[in-house]
Amino acid sequence: MKKIILWGLFISVLLVLFISPFASNSPDGLERVAEDKGFIAFAKELFHAPLPDYTIPGLKYEKLSTILSGLLGTILTFGIAVGIASILKKRR
Amino acid sequence: MHIPDGFLDAKTVSTLGAVSAIGIAVALKNIRKKSGDLPRQSGERHIPMYGVLSAFIFAAQMLNFPVAGGTSGHFVGGALCAILLGPSAGILIMTLVLIVQCFLFQDGGITALGANVFNMGIVGAGLCYYVYILLNKVISNKSVTVFISAWLAVILGASFCAIELAMSGTVPIKVALPAMAGVHTLIGIGEGLITVTVFRFILKVRPDLLEIEKL
Repeated sequence: MKKIILWGLFISVLLVLFISPFASNSPDGLERVAEDKGFIAFAKELFHAPLPDYTIPGLKYEKLSTILSGLLGTILTFGIAVGIASILKKRR
Repeated sequence: MHIPDGFLDAKTVSTLGAVSAIGIAVALKNIRKKSGDLPRQSGERHIPMYGVLSAFIFAAQMLNFPVAGGTSGHFVGGALCAILLGPSAGILIMTLVLIVQCFLFQDGGITALGANVFNMGIVGAGLCYYVYILLNKVISNKSVTVFISAWLAVILGASFCAIELAMSGTVPIKVALPAMAGVHTLIGIGEGLITVTVFRFILKVRPDLLEIEKL
């Protein structure tokens, strides 16, 4: 169990640390279609997320912002997934 | 492919929300029921795998890669988690990632969550799993079937997205469908390549993990 967790998280963290800062900033497929076909303006913000668009508000360095929010999201997702899986797998 | 708020109308939001809620409920029930029949050690591999797959998919989704002409694509991951852990697990993992992305990072709208879960979870993982099973009956090379399943999952998810946009009156179907399917045919190649790479990596270093019961 431990090895899977350690290696899996290690690889995920590596991806966030070293590749996410260099990820393409171009609009993704849907955004591009929305821009080209003229419906991007329909997009609305209905609430304020704490780390909008993977940035840390107030932190100047964009790449650092991306990395930190990526790390937070990765660890959080991992924790919740393990929690839910543990509950689901509880033997009666 | 994360739809923001504002692109979908109320009826589309509620319809997709209801469908996805049912899909998630079925997936949860399925895992709960089938886990009871499994020996103890599978639980011990399932739990870390669910955690690690979820974390990996979250991280990998951040890595946008350029495709043609000023557009980027990103890994979705539905195919990967479905192929490794089964359709129900795939649906749950994708739902979790989408929820974290939506509420923490504003990636994908709240009202659009149902549609996003449907496109990337129910279709992207759930349906994709059965496509994979079918393909394996006719093609013996797993790298090929993994690639095609992942590629198709992206195109199908994007196509449903186009249908949802058209249902909402945001853009006509004859504009949305070719545009979405077109660009995602390219993006899907990236998805296919990444999925196969991870699959083959696991096959090489921990082939036993490929034998995990698929739920």
